[in-house]
Formats: sequence, C-alpha cells, structure tokens
Amino acid sequence: ELYHSLPFFCFLLGKCFKKGLKGKGFVLLVKLACTVVASFVLCWLPFFTEREQTLQVLRRLFPVDRGLFEDKVANIWCSFNVFLKIRDILPRHIQLIMSFCFTFLSLLPACIRLTLQPSSKGFRLTLVSCALSFFLFSFQVHEKSILLVSLPVCLVLSEIPFMSTWFLLVSTFSLLPLLLKDELLMPSVVTTMAFFIACVTSFSIFEKTSEEELQLKSFSISVRKYLPCFTFLSRMIQYLFLISVITMVLLTLMTVTLDPPQKLPDLFSVLVCFVSCLNFLFFLVYFNIIIMWDSKSGRNQKKIS
Amino acid sequence: MAAFTIAAGTGNWFSALALGVTLLKCLLIPTYHSTDFEVHRNWLAITHSLPISQWYYEATSEWTLDYPPFFAWFEYILSHVAKYFDQEMLNVRNLNYSSSRTLLFQRFSVIFMDVLFVYAVHECCKCIDGKKVGKELTEKPKFILSVLLMWNFGLLIVDHIHFQYNGFLFGLMLLSIARLFQRQGLPILSRLVLNSGGQAILPPRLTKVLGLQKRHMEGAFFFAVLLHFKHIYLYVAPAYGVYLLRSYCFTANKPDGSVRWNSFSFVRVISLGLVVFLVSALSLGPFLALNQLPQVFSRLFPFKRGLCHAYWAPNFWALYNALDKVLSVIGLKLKFLDPNNIPKASMTSGLVQQFQHTVLPSVTPLTTLICTLIAILPSIFCLWFKPQGPRGFLRCLTLCALSSFMFGWHVHEKAILLAILPMSLLSVQKAGDASIFLILTTTGHYSLFPLLFTAPELPIKILLMLLFTIYSISSLKTLFRKEKPLFNWMETFYLLGLGPLEVCCEFVFPFTSWKVKYPFLPLLLTSVYCAVGITYAWFKLYVSVLIDPPVGKTKKQ
Repeated sequence: ELYHSLPFFCFLLGKCFKKGLKGKGFVLLVKLACTVVASFVLCWLPFFTEREQTLQVLRRLFPVDRGLFEDKVANIWCSFNVFLKIRDILPRHIQLIMSFCFTFLSLLPACIRLTLQPSSKGFRLTLVSCALSFFLFSFQVHEKSILLVSLPVCLVLSEIPFMSTWFLLVSTFSLLPLLLKDELLMPSVVTTMAFFIACVTSFSIFEKTSEEELQLKSFSISVRKYLPCFTFLSRMIQYLFLISVITMVLLTLMTVTLDPPQKLPDLFSVLVCFVSCLNFLFFLVYFNIIIMWDSKSGRNQKKIS
Repeated sequence: MAAFTIAAGTGNWFSALALGVTLLKCLLIPTYHSTDFEVHRNWLAITHSLPISQWYYEATSEWTLDYPPFFAWFEYILSHVAKYFDQEMLNVRNLNYSSSRTLLFQRFSVIFMDVLFVYAVHECCKCIDGKKVGKELTEKPKFILSVLLMWNFGLLIVDHIHFQYNGFLFGLMLLSIARLFQRQGLPILSRLVLNSGGQAILPPRLTKVLGLQKRHMEGAFFFAVLLHFKHIYLYVAPAYGVYLLRSYCFTANKPDGSVRWNSFSFVRVISLGLVVFLVSALSLGPFLALNQLPQVFSRLFPFKRGLCHAYWAPNFWALYNALDKVLSVIGLKLKFLDPNNIPKASMTSGLVQQFQHTVLPSVTPLTTLICTLIAILPSIFCLWFKPQGPRGFLRCLTLCALSSFMFGWHVHEKAILLAILPMSLLSVQKAGDASIFLILTTTGHYSLFPLLFTAPELPIKILLMLLFTIYSISSLKTLFRKEKPLFNWMETFYLLGLGPLEVCCEFVFPFTSWKVKYPFLPLLLTSVYCAVGITYAWFKLYVSVLIDPPVGKTKKQ
C-alpha cells in the first residue's frame, strides 16, 4: 500500500495548510500525526524488541536482494531490459538508487500540486498517477500490482469513462501471461468483454471523446498558444485507442494459437509486457497532464515542476 | 467511431441482453455436465460413423438414439463440424470420451444453436404490445419478456450445465407461436379491420387482398418440424390441432362467437395436412423405406420405464406415491398391512424399474394416458367453443403442457420448462397470469435443483435462481403495480418456504443421522413440496381459463 500512501500524505498535509498552520490546521496536523504514529507503533511494537528483528522485517518487506524485476512485468525496467540488459550491467545498489530516483521524480509534480490544492478529484487522480509511477519505476514489482492502479482508476470511472475503460482493458491484458498459466483464458476473455459491453452501454463512452470530456481542454488551449494547428487531439486519442485494442486482440490470439520460435521462447510474454508498458507510459503522461492542467480548482496557474 | 457506436449498440438493449447471456453461458463451460453429455457424444458418433440403417439399431452404448430423425440429422451435421475439433469423439467405441476439445465443441454447439432461440424471442417481443410508450426501458413489457425468456434460469442450467439442446427447440416452438400471433401486411390497417377476438369482419377475399392474414401455415410448419426434432412436444399438439382447425380452417364466426359451419375451407385443411404430411415424410420416409418404423417407435416411446423417473417429477403421481408411502407406513404401524406383502423395490431407489404401489391401486401407462386426456379436455373445449384468438390458444397450450406434466407417464422434471416458457408470454400482459406464472416458475425452477447435485455448482445454482426469482417478482410487481397485489398471504408463505427447504436439504440434512437411513428424503421432500405448488398453479390457471369471459358479444357463462 505504499503505492497509495504518498497521495494520502500530500492530501492531508494540503488540507492542514489550507486551514492555516497557525490555527485549526496545526491542530489537525497534530491529530493526524498522532493517529499515524500510534497505529504504526501498535503494529510494530512486537518487532521493536531487537534491532536485528526490525531489520529482518524490513528486509523481508523490501526484498532488495531479489533484483530489479522478476519474470516479465509491464515495467519500464523490464521493457528496457529487452534492448539493454541493465539488470546484468549495473550493480545492485545503483539499480536501487536509479529506481528510487525515477519513481520519486515522476510522482513529485502531482504530489506537490495536490499539497498546494487539495481537492477530492485531484486526490483520486493523484492516487492513480502515483500508483502508476510506482508500478512503472519501482523495484521488484509484481504484475498483480497493476490492480493497485486499477482501483483508483475505477474511482474516476464516472468522470473520465473513456480513458478509464481503456486503462482497465490494458491492465487486464497485461496480466495475460499469468492468466494463461492459471488456465483462465476463457473466463478472462469473457469477463473482459462483458465489462467492456457494460461500460459502453452504461457510460456511452464512445460519445464522450471530445476534448472537453477528456479533461484536456485547458491543456490543448495552452498548447495552441504555441502551436495553432493542434486541433486534432481528440481524433488522435481515438485512433490510438483503436490501434491499442487491435494490438491487444492480435497479441492475445497469437499467444494462444501460435508457438513461439525456438530461439525466443518468451517472445509473446515479452511482447505483451512491452505493449502494456507503452500503454501505461501514455497513461502516466495523460494523468499527469490532467492533474497539472486542472482548471477547476480555483487557481488557474500552471505548475512549474 | 460513429459506426463503432452503432455497432456497440448504446441504445440497443436487446443485443446487450443477448450478448450478456451468451457471455454468461461461456463462463458456464467448465461446470459439471451430466450423462446427457455422453448421450450426445454417442449420437454424434453413431450418425457420423454408421449408415442410416444402423442408427436406430446401434446399441453399443446404453444411451441409444431415442429422438426423432430430424434430431439425428442435426447430430449428423454437427458431427461434420466436430471432426475438426477432435476426431476421437466420433468413434462409437469411445464410451465416456470427454477430452477438453470435445467439451469445448459440445458446449459451443449449444451456445451457437441458441441463436435460433434469441431470434424467436425477438419475434415474440413483436407480439407484445407495449402498453404505454414512453415509460422507462426496464418497465416495458418487451424488456421484461426478453429477460424472462433469454435469462430463464431453468433453461440456463438445463442447457448449459446439465447439457441438453433445449434452447433451439424452444426457439422453434416460440417461433411457431409468434407466427400464429403475427400478420403479414401493415399492422395499423389490421387493427382497423379486425375485432378484438382476432376474427376478420371483412369478407375473406378482401382480407386476403389487404394481406392481413396471419401466418398460420408458417406456425404449423415450424411446429411440425419441432415434433420431428423432439417428440416430447406431442404434449402440446392437441392445442395446435384444435386451434388451427377452429380458427384457421373455419374462416369466420357467427356474431355470438360460435362456429359458422359453412365457412369451412377445404383448401386450408388440405394445405395444412399437406404441410404436416410433407414434413413427416421427410423425416420418417427413409425409415419407412427401410421397414424400420416399428423399431424407431419403440425407441421413441419406451414404455418399459417406470411411472416416475428416478427423481420424482413434481406432478400428481409424486403426490400419489407420497400418499401411498405414508399410508403404507401408517398401515405397518397400525398392523393393517402384512410386512411380507410389501414389494422390496423402493420407488426412490434411483433405478427405472417397474414397481407396484402398496396401498393405493397401481398405475399403468393407459391410466396415465386417460387421466391426461381427461385433464386436457376442458381446455380443448374452451378453445373450440370460446375462441379468443392467439391469446386463448397460448393459454390452452400452456394448460396442455401442464396437464401432460401433471399426469404423464415417466415425466422428467425438465418438462416443466414446456409450460414455463409459453407462460412467460402470458405473464407480461395480465396480472392474474403474472401471479400464476411466478408461482409456477419459482417452484418449477426449484424442482430442477436436484439435477445439479455437485458441490461446486451449489453457489452457482442458488445465486442464479435468486437472481432470476428476485428479478421476475420485482419486475412483474412493478409492471402491475396499479392492480391488486400479485400474491395473497398463503402464496407468499409457500414461496418463502422454499428457502428453509433448500437450507434443510442441502446444508442440514447431510449432517444428520437420517442421511444413512433415508437417503432419498430430501428428494422426496423437494418433489412433494414443489408438486403442491405446481398443482396449485395448474388449478388456478384452469379456473381462470374456464371462467374468463369470451371476447366479443358472447353471453357470459
């Protein structure tokens, strides 16, 4: 749950700041701090008996010895590994520092924005983008962790139905190698289709693809100040959606029906991870853009990161 | 994108319903399947590997071919697709062969054939007039009917878990019913020139010119084809016969609704007869030529089986058997009966052998036939003397199916679906029919529970049943909220009693000591409890048909 912890922290901190640090805000800050510290202490008390004990728990919780990634994950590092075998080239502590830095750099803008302008919608979007940053750049990520990102996306499903549905389709697709191992191909295909049909009929997502609906209006206005011909954003996103869905369907069919070539036995799972990773990068950029160019929170200034 | 929107069907609720239930059926592929799976695999093998002359003689497997020839041809066509999935399933000697590809093929064939059922439901929806246009979608009778038919719990578990091909057969039946409701030509014009009983008030030639005739011939054709797919539909054949004779061959009525004998149309009778004859010739012709008709009939009507199936269908004979058992127990206790005289065979031992009743007189096939005929007769008379157009025909059909279920020989509990599905059409139009339908459906569906006795299917069957029951009751209550409540306290109490019964039979009973002494007790309790409900529904429907005032200017009885 560390994936979600930073937005909580920033949001609550932002609420305290808003109330003014010299009055009610300070009281709120003290109350929150006490609650968090108390629950932490309550959980960890049995393990504080020895220093070695605490360290061992930490070692188990954060298995830095296991390496940057295991098996095939729709992660930046795994995809990068296809071209440049960074897992073998760089020493362990450099990998650790690198992933740490990338993770925090990618989630910093959204978190700072949330601290300065806490709002319910901003909070949920920041949950998404933080969890996604963690998933993409963190250490020892399991494929199932994409569910930690899917959950906040479901929270914004009613506000941005088109992109959320697209994201949820990609997240199920990224789990394909795991589902095939568990022989869950038929149920996963059927439930994905049922979910897609449910979203199409309840949210009528294909009618909500205009710029305004995608929350990209303020962004495209700002870009048009420099590039007056930037009017095709909505259509571009629709084409990207089509391409993405077609690629996913084709890859699923190929994985199920064809056998991989002898020299590259993991070809299909790597392809699945690579395609999912590209999609996730696009979503990371998109969600960050929405957060930064969100004009509904009162102050209309652009954030300088 | 616009095309995709249209294709995705944001406004097309029917496609969404059909697609949704198809996806649900795909999820049910790996569930438990009964011996019927092996039956159909065997028939695929027989029709594929053997010549026609051997089809009704082949007996390597115990599951011999006992459906009429059209079904055999259907299996033959399927087998030519099956050979691309797994060649081994088409070997007659491969008893109980069920590789994953065989399972996939068979399940997909059922799901695929349900397309005909979906089409038939679509046609049936056209026969329902939406009472007030502009209401919310989920309150429209068409929507409720589509859900009640396509998502019917009984059909789902019998076809897609237990494994049978009832979907497309019921599709044929519903299609033939729909054709008897529909007219060629403009519906607007037809409302001007026909009275509410459905009889033309214009001379026949003008009606024909205006193209307002109903599609009776198509209805008759579809039913004839259906009979040669599965002969259980003989249960409802009297309704078809009398209705077509009365309302199609006699082209007009006297003003008071009775028969106008001089309007008998020989042309129509002969054309109907020709249609039926041609269909039968196509089906039985090859076997007549091979002199195999007696063998075919002996396979189709195996009267050597007992009065009741291994699990008693909840009909009149279940109550009869239960009464007999109770009387024999009382008789033994009170020393009226000699223990040596009681036959050893227990009726619930699970074997389909012949047995005798101990206290009450034994029942022969002839007795059941006579009882069935007596039970059908009043509804047939109603259909003849008080014709109410297609709606009256549908009620008579449901009554025929129910009466045959109540008094038939060796009735399978799945036959209750024969009454439930046509009744759905009636339920969305009248409140009285809706309440009868709900009682019939809930008890009928509950009586199907013993078909799925495996543990993994327990949550599935309970949840699906709850889903369907809650939906049907709430939607029909909403549809008829302006009329008096659908259930009185007795009926509510009875329906609620199904819950504790299920809990007792599935959860409490296996842990009691009675499980060893009386292993058949849950089946007996289920069967008897449901028989009460079904008998009550049958009785209520009969009363409503008999005392209903006929349409038009006929004097009330």
